[in-house]
Amino acid sequence: MTGATKLPLERPTVGVEPAAGEEAIATPCPASCAVEARGLVKFYGTTAALRGCDLSVAWGERVALVGPNGAGKTTLLKVLATLVRPSAGRLALLGLDALRHPAAARGGLGVVAHETYLYRDLTAAENLALYGRLYGLDCLERRIAAGLARVGLAGLGPRRVSTLSRGQQQRLALARALLHEPALLLLDEPDTGLDEAGQGLLAEIVRESPAAVVLATHALERALALADRVAILSQGRIAYSASTADLSLADLRAAYRAVASAD
Amino acid sequence: MNERGKQAGGSRAAPTAFSAYLRVVAALTLKDLRLESRRRETIAGVLVFVLLVLGLFQFALDFERAEARRLVPGVLWITLLFAGLLALGRSFAAERDQGTLDGLLLAPIDRSALYLAKVLATVVMMSAVEAVALPVFAGVFDAPLLAPGVLLTVFLGTLGFAAAGTLFAALAAQTRARDVLLPLLLLPLLVPLLIGAARATDDLLAGAATPASAPWWELLAGLCALFLGASVLLFDSLLEE
Repeated sequence: MTGATKLPLERPTVGVEPAAGEEAIATPCPASCAVEARGLVKFYGTTAALRGCDLSVAWGERVALVGPNGAGKTTLLKVLATLVRPSAGRLALLGLDALRHPAAARGGLGVVAHETYLYRDLTAAENLALYGRLYGLDCLERRIAAGLARVGLAGLGPRRVSTLSRGQQQRLALARALLHEPALLLLDEPDTGLDEAGQGLLAEIVRESPAAVVLATHALERALALADRVAILSQGRIAYSASTADLSLADLRAAYRAVASAD
Repeated sequence: MNERGKQAGGSRAAPTAFSAYLRVVAALTLKDLRLESRRRETIAGVLVFVLLVLGLFQFALDFERAEARRLVPGVLWITLLFAGLLALGRSFAAERDQGTLDGLLLAPIDRSALYLAKVLATVVMMSAVEAVALPVFAGVFDAPLLAPGVLLTVFLGTLGFAAAGTLFAALAAQTRARDVLLPLLLLPLLVPLLIGAARATDDLLAGAATPASAPWWELLAGLCALFLGASVLLFDSLLEE
């Protein structure tokens, strides 16, 4: 991993033609990266949420996305999760063309977002069983018990989600995302509602998971502590990217301020 | 390729594609029915609506008169269609409001399974309502609404309604004006279904032999097949954001 890479901050033309050189990536890096995104553009009406965003994540690499509100973090994660189809650009996930074969790519994704994706009137175990069946998993009972234990909810399987605290629901959302042992974890501010112990658990899971991780967060300290690389998103594109190996919190803050002031 | 990444990816059961598809449909249908059995919102609400409308029709029309009795098939089907709209309005709106729809869309499943599961769950819930409402209608109107031919007509009408309605409920759930949009989109499409169902019921209540209703049943079955087939093909692109 190399040091900081300062990427151009000038605003792209909003009209959205593929960036120069983009055509060269006809089949974007299918096997060497868990994520290979090139020139991602997403419009909501006339508002551009992503403006030619490029992102590569190696297998097993942990990348933290930071950036001011409205920078496009959540939209980028939704595109990577195949929940939102980009207006333009190319996306390969886990060696698959995710725009042509999204269903195949989804099998290797685990997603934790602001919403827990849990049914409040089902029990914790019933929620995990439902998702396990959708992912075609075998040995479901064993997996559910292990998943609940892993997030510190052993014994709470028969409890309805509506009776769990927000923090417990977020832990359960983590268990749901990890149930099928995904090769790519997409985490959008996953510490929402988690207490100190829960945040420690989340950090442990991110560090120990063999999966590639893309983590969106507002906390620069957390990004630095958990990720191998930090990318600052600004106005819908990656404006700064650096390895955390040789990056101090002060350097990251300075880079963040520079990017934010350029907005 | 990094070894950390290669280790990821859980073991999966390996059933045939079709049996796996059916299992997903069954899991999603049972989920909806289990949620309904705990919330008791849809069936109870729709049933109360049906009985209220029946009571209003009783006040508005004098069913002792022979001319009014000819309105029974229309009254029955209009009531069932509007009641069904209530059930359909909940099916996707509840998923979207609670943020669970994205969880389902993240799963590596053919999204038509989600559509079929919603159709099945709606048919089961509407059938539960009809199981109570039809005997009440039959008693109030003194009409043989529990005859096998009428029950077949009601089943086909309900299936066709759920098949078309589920597609539009998914579409409407993505908008803020879904409560208004769903009937506006759906009711014009249901005109042929309503004609077939009401005419078949009319023939049967008039004491016609079962074969007299056969063309209407064929129309209803054809509409069911058309709505189901078109919706299965369109559903995935409909959910694209």
